Amino acid sequence: MSRDYGKYEPVIGLEVHAQMKTKSKAFCSCSTDFNSPPNTNVCPICIGHPGTLPVLNKSLVDFILKLGIALNCNIERRSIFARKNYFYPDLPKGYQISQYDTPICSDGYLEIKYRRIGIQRIHMEEDAGKSLHDLSDDSSLVDLNRSGIPLIEIVSQPDLRSAEEAYDYLSKLKQMLVYLDICDGNMEEGSLRCDVNVSVRLKGDSEYGTKCEVKNLNSFKNTADALDYEICRQIDILEKGDKVIHQTLTYDAIQKITYPMRSKEEAHDYRYFPEPDLVSVYVDENWISEIKGSMPELPDVRRARFINDYGLPEYDAEVLTAEKSVADFFESVVSRVKNPKSASNWVMGDVMRVLNDKKISIGEFWISSGNLAALINLIEEGKISNNIGRTVYEEMLKVKQKNDERQNPEYIIKEKNLILVSDENELERVVKKVLADNPTEAERYRNGEKKLLGFFIGKVMRETGGKADPKKLNEILSKNLN
Amino acid sequence: MSVSKEEVIKIAKLAKLKFSDEGISKLQKEMNRILEYIDTLNEIPELDKVEPLYSVNSSENVFRKDEPKQSISKEEALKNAPDKTENFFRVPKVIDK
Repeated sequence: MSRDYGKYEPVIGLEVHAQMKTKSKAFCSCSTDFNSPPNTNVCPICIGHPGTLPVLNKSLVDFILKLGIALNCNIERRSIFARKNYFYPDLPKGYQISQYDTPICSDGYLEIKYRRIGIQRIHMEEDAGKSLHDLSDDSSLVDLNRSGIPLIEIVSQPDLRSAEEAYDYLSKLKQMLVYLDICDGNMEEGSLRCDVNVSVRLKGDSEYGTKCEVKNLNSFKNTADALDYEICRQIDILEKGDKVIHQTLTYDAIQKITYPMRSKEEAHDYRYFPEPDLVSVYVDENWISEIKGSMPELPDVRRARFINDYGLPEYDAEVLTAEKSVADFFESVVSRVKNPKSASNWVMGDVMRVLNDKKISIGEFWISSGNLAALINLIEEGKISNNIGRTVYEEMLKVKQKNDERQNPEYIIKEKNLILVSDENELERVVKKVLADNPTEAERYRNGEKKLLGFFIGKVMRETGGKADPKKLNEILSKNLN
Repeated sequence: MSVSKEEVIKIAKLAKLKFSDEGISKLQKEMNRILEYIDTLNEIPELDKVEPLYSVNSSENVFRKDEPKQSISKEEALKNAPDKTENFFRVPKVIDK
């Protein structure tokens, strides 16, 4: 994804639409449930019947204020809604309620790896319905469940300089939305959608080149791929001495190319005007302090705390806080164990391996944090070896119910008889047997071939089913060999 | 400020309306008369210092609690549609692929 654009520099701005996690729609009380059958979450307001009036959902304002504060924005004290007018079959009113010249949040920034990316504005709006074009040859079908679902649009400044940076920005923005618990961040269900504006100029130029828009990108990877393609396309045009034409494009994720939308689709003139059916939103100091008081710990703060409080390396802290749910799981484990680094190793290693293999989220992971912590403690306390710990973990994975006692590591080591043999007499007996069975190797060891120690450890481990306490075994072996 | 014939045609097109040449001239005259009337407002001194009135409704912060409620049924929602299937509104094909 990281690419050198030679003497050219891309200039990228992103518009992200994020669906807010409210229970009801923006301007009516219909449910926002994604899984409902078509046209069942509808009412006269969201299907645009005459004589109906919208009433604003307070949670939508609470949510956007949370994001505005988290992204260091100015909060507009008084903001109003506007109508964006266009005709399309899935827009029953003939206009979308949005915000135009008074977005509720503006002039903020989001910090990505190396620098600050400016946020131009964040505003509230409603979604349109969904048109299905493939179910019938001669007509399109319309589902209005989505009509009126609350969205916020986050518009960045043209501060991004590569497809990779755009990807980082999107990841960071999604992380923030999920941490704030205002958006589920699920791209498959359309909770996040992205439009990009991109132009190319010679490095060092102060003027922007002619930009193109790529619409409706539905994953971060598609966004980055579309940008890469589009940047190269524009560079090729400039290299030939031609001019980039301003146009609206769409991205074909299969062929990995952008192509122009039909002119009919882009011929818009939205004729925004103030929405007369809604009153203005006035945000006073009390409301802002109330929101500030309800803010969760943000990712950067949490990462710093993981480094300071748990003494974790920066890398661990970064990985563990990338997703809020993983960080929560880790904290639930770490609060029960003595050594935070072991908890980190287990969560980053063994737990995440399962998540990746099974393509599941930590919410779907079925080992409880309590059972994982118990396992880590058994190893830390020397009751089982690291290797046996892995075996116990595999056994735990077979029990899919968190509250099933068979998932408890104590139960498993008792049931499978996996407790370390640290009884000295027993170990002494096994060591003597191994030495007696392998006299040549014992002789060679005594003659200085010290690397044969591993050979004896292996033999004893085999005799004890891997359960010999490694520390004690070392002592006893040395005693008997020297 | 005045409205040209082309502007009337553009506005009609955006509103998906069609007019005869005669109708367009009539609309152009009427729109210009409205604009002339509005223009008298420009005679107010220091007009640019007056806050725009976005709404005649002086209240603010009218909210709903975020509580989902069942409203009408699918059958009721589809009842007035000129064309429909069992579950959907049916409209002329809007894209050709």
